[in-house]
Amino acid sequence: MLQADLNIILPEIFLAIFAMLALVGAVYTGKDKLTAPLTWITALVFVLLALWVGSREVGQTAFGGTFNADGFARFAKVAILLSAASVLVMGQEYLARRQVGNFEYPVLVTLAVVGMMVMVSAGDLIVLYMGLELMSLSLYVVASLRRDSIKSTESGLKYFVLGSLSSGMLLYGASLVYGFSGTTLFSGIIEAAGEGHAPLGLLFGLVFMISGLAFKVSAVPFHMWTPDVYEGAPTPITAFFATAPKVAAMALFARVVHSAFGGITADWQQVIALISVLSMFLGSIAAIGQTNIKRLMAYSSITHMGFALMGLAAGTAFGVQAMLIYMAIYIVMNLGVFAFILSMERDGQPVTDLAALNMYSTAYPGRALALLILMFSLAGVPPLVGFFGKFYVLRAAYDAGLVWLAVLGVIASVIGAFYYLRIVFYMYFGEAGEPLDKPRSSLLFGFLMASAAIMVLGVVNLFGVEGIAQAASLTLVN
Amino acid sequence: MSNLLSIVTFMPAIAAVILGVFLRGEDKAAQRNAKWVALIATSLTFLVSLFILAGFDPSDTGMQFVEERDWLLGLKYKMGVDGISVLFVLLTTFIMPLTIWSSWEVKTRVKEYMMAFLLLETLMLGVFMALDLVLFYLFFEASLIPMFLIIGIWGGANRIYASFKFFLYTFLGSVLMLVAMVAMFADAGTTDIPTLLTHDFSSAPLTVLGMTITGGMQTLLFVAFFASFAVKMPMWPVHTWLPDAHVQAPTAGSVILAAILLKMGGYGFLRFSLPMFPVGADVMSGFILGISAIAIVYTSLVALVQQDMKKLIAYSSVAHMGYVTMGIFSANQQGLDGAIFQMISHGFISGALFLCVGVIYDRMHTRDIDAYGGLVNRMPAYALIFMFFTMANVGLPGTSGFVGEFLTLMGAFQANTWIALIATSGVIFSAAYALYLYRRVVMGDLIKESLKSITDMTAREKWIFAPLVAMTLLLGVYPSLVTDIIGPSVEELLSHHETALAAADRLGDHGAVVAASH
Repeated sequence: MLQADLNIILPEIFLAIFAMLALVGAVYTGKDKLTAPLTWITALVFVLLALWVGSREVGQTAFGGTFNADGFARFAKVAILLSAASVLVMGQEYLARRQVGNFEYPVLVTLAVVGMMVMVSAGDLIVLYMGLELMSLSLYVVASLRRDSIKSTESGLKYFVLGSLSSGMLLYGASLVYGFSGTTLFSGIIEAAGEGHAPLGLLFGLVFMISGLAFKVSAVPFHMWTPDVYEGAPTPITAFFATAPKVAAMALFARVVHSAFGGITADWQQVIALISVLSMFLGSIAAIGQTNIKRLMAYSSITHMGFALMGLAAGTAFGVQAMLIYMAIYIVMNLGVFAFILSMERDGQPVTDLAALNMYSTAYPGRALALLILMFSLAGVPPLVGFFGKFYVLRAAYDAGLVWLAVLGVIASVIGAFYYLRIVFYMYFGEAGEPLDKPRSSLLFGFLMASAAIMVLGVVNLFGVEGIAQAASLTLVN
Repeated sequence: MSNLLSIVTFMPAIAAVILGVFLRGEDKAAQRNAKWVALIATSLTFLVSLFILAGFDPSDTGMQFVEERDWLLGLKYKMGVDGISVLFVLLTTFIMPLTIWSSWEVKTRVKEYMMAFLLLETLMLGVFMALDLVLFYLFFEASLIPMFLIIGIWGGANRIYASFKFFLYTFLGSVLMLVAMVAMFADAGTTDIPTLLTHDFSSAPLTVLGMTITGGMQTLLFVAFFASFAVKMPMWPVHTWLPDAHVQAPTAGSVILAAILLKMGGYGFLRFSLPMFPVGADVMSGFILGISAIAIVYTSLVALVQQDMKKLIAYSSVAHMGYVTMGIFSANQQGLDGAIFQMISHGFISGALFLCVGVIYDRMHTRDIDAYGGLVNRMPAYALIFMFFTMANVGLPGTSGFVGEFLTLMGAFQANTWIALIATSGVIFSAAYALYLYRRVVMGDLIKESLKSITDMTAREKWIFAPLVAMTLLLGVYPSLVTDIIGPSVEELLSHHETALAAADRLGDHGAVVAASH
């Protein structure tokens, strides 16, 4: 019995052991000298693990239903592992050149990934919390990786304080849920909650849990940390924040509302629909005034989380499918954009000012074109793949009867289009300013170009993500 | 040639990719190569598109040259043309080589310029051929991207404001259409346009936020589509992006905008609004006829006081598009024939007028009317051609402009006499502003020092105008060329429209008016 259970969580065990070995090995041997090889090895391990997880058979639960290794978890895990690997590889050179190449970085990222893998598989409130906290604690430390920078430390501290608050809310909600349902198992909670409307106490617990989860996906009104942390953290770490943890938190969100509260859809649907609308509008409007591209991407991610939540608010299997597709597209776009931001330098110093992009297109037409494609894709303009993400969630919201949500969503996307266009404006229509350095890394160039190419070529069949996401969503909602 | 339509559509895009990948540098040779590649690609596209016309059977009212492939989410990649769309395809392929040729003097970022126009051609052709809702939306929206760049990069002094306004205005209009498309997809279970044309959307009254909506879902869908097409068209009062965009866009951009992009709105009305939501269209038709009439008179008056030549022609475009919407929503044979005819003919005439402005703008670098005067003394050929298109714009019998205006007015007269009366006064106003413009620019003595050395049109410029003159005259004296092709499809559309209205029991008073006018 134990043998079988352990077998199911083998990937997580393997990754945890790898993290500890890496930590011990690096401490006893070369310390920071080993950062570069360790980063590459970690990335390689992530990719191999993604292949392994992706090819494993699914549909099992371990430890009495507290851990689900279903198709949904598999989809999320593969997305998490691949995006974490990409971010590690992309940021390695940047960190090394700025003497922030601490060997702890890949180790902490690995631990965060273990946490994410656990949380997307959670079938129990305790497991959920363990996974979430393992991820969060690692992220707090990573955010303040640049110890000598006030901004970085400040962002780490801010993240930590607000993050603990949200964890507290989540825990409080979980305790209420436990109190009213008498179990921490999702399968038990869903029975206790019943169909139709939940008892008041359970509802309180549900709302507190949603608040905690909304913080992790940086949805309004729990978004305040996002711009500051994005701006303060070193860019490769911002890239990490923008991708893997978002997928994990969104997947966890879907898991909680569907496998623990799947019977009382109407109760959480309105809450999620509301935070979805708020996120879309606040993200779109607040981004207009930004001059720092990292802050802008923070607000952009708030908007995008709003759209992903729109899929979730539908409360159907198709909604989950739409959300998964949206997240997959979102990661690819963000990796491309951050690959670009990482290569923005002047005199060897990173630049994040939007005005630095003035007339970028004359100096580097290829890169400018790629970023242009990504920006239009982020704005959701067809025929780029970003549009399909929006199309799926709109369809899901409409099918669920949330027409008002769909209409407000598209209006927000028009407001949002303005600031993406502004980046295009700087690159193509601006006035020549002090030019940026010639980008050095061909690796980043590769990521940028690949991401842009996916946005264009994906229009053919989305690289088959549709079917995979559908299979994944059906294992969660049925 | 079972995928003729795809070949025509994607040929320019392939040329754009070839330019992007293989052409390097910004020197003279590279610029010349870019221009030639674009010219050859667009000309070839035109030649191949003639096969569509040759193989087209006007008596068949269904879709022809249909191609179908599976796509995502149960959507289909489906292309085809019928009597309503085929001429727009031809119009696009016909205008494109001329615009490319007219941009021979572009000096900055020639490669990107040509790529943007080639991509734009693919997207515009796709709009007219797509037979899947989402595929249509894809092409329709995507055409904003190259146009945004064309205005923003190669435009005039205030280009940034104009490009943002253009993009956001049209984007806002069309996202509402997207929601409506999602609703149609959910309701009908398919996005196949021929199937949707026969699908009956519910017209039972609905209550939204306490208001009862006559025509129910059909009216709502109609309004959502209307938001998109009315902005694109553009109809008064959402036309304000157009003068800005026209004034700031480079000449070729203005030509494409006036000749083809505006027609997407009219095409949308014909393809979606009228046949798919007959009850919604009927509920709204009085309102639309009203604002069309206002548009014709109001924008003609506004055109009268313009100081900028392009702005004047832009307002005249809005007025002419007013005839088109008036014709479409008269919902009778003359009205619809006239609307399509007017769109085709406006494609030639307004395109030519913007080219006329381009000719003198290239020489003097100003579009201010006061900066000109007496051009006839030094530019006789130009004066003649400008005169010809001014007259065509006014709707002089013998030019294609007359046929379209006359047919739409006749259609409107049957639907609503008062509307026709108001709209007819627009004909007089259009004569006023067009002749006033012509007098100030071309006639009189050449007294301005700066104009003393202006040169007449080059051979290249004359050759660009030649096909446009020929088409305007040909369609003016022999309109059956167009009406024979569109006639059967329009008839089919109308009979479907009337059956649907009869089924919904809405012919009542409306039908009485039609009967009385016979």
